[in-house]
Amino acid sequence: MLRKPRIWLLAVIGVIAIGGVGVACGEDGEGDETPTAAATSAATGTAPAGTPSALSGELEVFSWWTTGGEAAGLEALFDLYPDQCSPDVEITNATVAGGGGAQARQVLTTRMLGNDPPGSFQVHMGKELTDTWVTTDYMEPLDALFAEEGWEDVFPQGVLDIVSYEGKPYSVPVNIHRANVLWYNKKVFADNNLEPPATFEEFFTVAEALKANGITPLALGDVEAFASVQLMETTLIGVLGADAYNGLWTGETDWSGAEVTSALDTFKRLLGYVNSDHSSLTWDQANDLVISGDAAMTVMGDWLHADNKAKDFADSGWMPSPGTAGIYDALSDTFGLPKNAPNPDAVNCWLKLVGSKAGQEAFNPLKGSICARTDCDAALFDEYLNSATDDWKQDAIVPSLAHGAAAAPGWATEISDAVTVFLVDQSVGTLQSRLSDACQGADVCQ
Amino acid sequence: MRTRGRRLLRTVFSEQAAAIALIVPSLFAVAIFVYGFIGWSALVSVSEWDTVRPDYTYVGLRNFRDLFDNFRFQIDIRNTVVFTVFFVGACLVIGFVVASILDRHIMGEGLFRSIYLFPMAVSFIVTGVVWRWLLAPRAGVNILFDKAGADALENGWYTNPDVVYVHASSPLGEALQAVGLGFLADANFGIPLAMFSVVIAATWQMSGFVMVMYLAGLRAIPEEIKEAARVDGASELQIQRHISLPLLRPVTLSAMIILGHQSLKIFDLVVSMTRRGPGFATDVPALYMFETTFQGNRFSHGAAISIVMLLAVSVLVVPYLFWSLRKEARL
Repeated sequence: MLRKPRIWLLAVIGVIAIGGVGVACGEDGEGDETPTAAATSAATGTAPAGTPSALSGELEVFSWWTTGGEAAGLEALFDLYPDQCSPDVEITNATVAGGGGAQARQVLTTRMLGNDPPGSFQVHMGKELTDTWVTTDYMEPLDALFAEEGWEDVFPQGVLDIVSYEGKPYSVPVNIHRANVLWYNKKVFADNNLEPPATFEEFFTVAEALKANGITPLALGDVEAFASVQLMETTLIGVLGADAYNGLWTGETDWSGAEVTSALDTFKRLLGYVNSDHSSLTWDQANDLVISGDAAMTVMGDWLHADNKAKDFADSGWMPSPGTAGIYDALSDTFGLPKNAPNPDAVNCWLKLVGSKAGQEAFNPLKGSICARTDCDAALFDEYLNSATDDWKQDAIVPSLAHGAAAAPGWATEISDAVTVFLVDQSVGTLQSRLSDACQGADVCQ
Repeated sequence: MRTRGRRLLRTVFSEQAAAIALIVPSLFAVAIFVYGFIGWSALVSVSEWDTVRPDYTYVGLRNFRDLFDNFRFQIDIRNTVVFTVFFVGACLVIGFVVASILDRHIMGEGLFRSIYLFPMAVSFIVTGVVWRWLLAPRAGVNILFDKAGADALENGWYTNPDVVYVHASSPLGEALQAVGLGFLADANFGIPLAMFSVVIAATWQMSGFVMVMYLAGLRAIPEEIKEAARVDGASELQIQRHISLPLLRPVTLSAMIILGHQSLKIFDLVVSMTRRGPGFATDVPALYMFETTFQGNRFSHGAAISIVMLLAVSVLVVPYLFWSLRKEARL
């Protein structure tokens, strides 16, 4: 009795399975074609791009810029491509939504491992690029391009160091964001007769006064773990200074030393002044607290400036986060050339555009970031961005941990895990020993 | 006689041939895309692959040792156990109670049944987003409590970092130490309160499904047995306890298996609702696996986590499969 229906069921499953195999094979087939195409175009030579108009074919640019100013900035770059490079190249804008690129990175990894690299992809400068793709031999060095374009002179040395591995640059920075900015509500400070704090001592005095008046001193929104990691990172910079902070990532500064203990103690004290619901808010929701005056300050990267503008918040004040005057905690979006990328000549011209004055001047005012180059026209940028540019030209540049510049992805994930626990258990000893273990696990510390 | 026999043989044979022909493609597909990849994951889990460049150097069980030493994974195991126990428990209780009520043939039964079953049609991602707002400390349910004057009920929900556990210095903790169970007096054997928000959302979604299973089970119980009990003077509660529940044991078991394997590998709900939570209070192995693999590029580490999850689910599902196959064979 039961046999008939079961056979039908099996038949249906069988058909679905065959369908599944068919689809999977179809995808495989597509995947196979691209490397071949890449090989052919690579065979035709990466020799000098020649006359721009000689370029044709397709150029795929992979990023996580899907909304707002970042998407507009990317479009502005695409609009420049026909003039600067070639009108015959068809640009594919391959984007994967998701702030910070967590989703995009995963798609990228799948494609790179499947030997289907995009022409060029967005990646944070520093270890996120080098320790993921360069040490594993997936990227082409760009030293020839940097020399040809004279970029050694227009980018600050600090940033050239961060994008290079074994002396060769591997990606072109298009913009610079700063992570160590203290944003505050001017009105709240004026109403309470307070001055925004430049040092941690001043911060704690101000914070006590604000707390007494029922105002949350420091807004934090760390649904996304990067926000709390970034707060720790700016505290480490503020207490240790630029050199000792840089030493954390090379093994020269001892993670279990007294200086780090003191920094982590300060971090713990800071956490005593944040809003209690920080783990349910995003960084921009935390900024809403500052805008409404419920909170007085927040430490966040300067993408917050665009958020303030979008929300018409005029009382915004800014300064380097406590103890970090003269230090620029930098992160940058960069583009590189993957090995076996299809149409490498078109990619080469894209990279030239990304690093050019015209390209950066088109992109950055829209994105709300400053040029990685030091020669952009100040008139194109607003007051904050100009003040950041001035700092960029003279400050000591250090790599951001929370945004992939300072530590390899695996190491950064472990640090972020340790910080997540610390936010609750507040045990400096445990945090420090875990940070120290993580450094050893990353084979940087002995 | 002979021709009839041959015809029978032929039909049986051709039916079998058709069955085999139909089953072969799916067998291949399953062999490659399910078991092949499971095997591959197992291979990766004992390899040294911790960058984007595959590296199959054999390292034995090192990844598993590291994993069980890892504080985040220890917290994840605690969370999974807590979530599974409370989620499955709540679904069974609520499902059974609602089914018992609907079984009285109350008015509008069909409507209520649909209403209770509806959440199941929604994906966990949607459930997560909705409940994330409902249980946000500055929104949703808390505002309701505030307006209703029930301030005492307002709480941080999934932002609450507290873990309830036996403190080593408490009388109970000292008693545990005295009997050599002092290790239990640790936050890793506690109950993270934030997890209850996730339990509420998951129960909202899945208890309707359990209700339907129980309702079908209840309807299958012959009325005569209940009648007989009533004649013997049993109360309705006694009937439920001594007749319905024992007869529903297979339903309970099936529900436990289905919910249990879901909760052991829960991912989508947590990702869209709370993510790791304060101090990993709502972190689960699947989320850790995702982050360490696709953000940390530690593929061997991620594969080890997925193998542990697979084993945990197998412990639950394999005995059940044997049990149900044996039962089917008996039919």
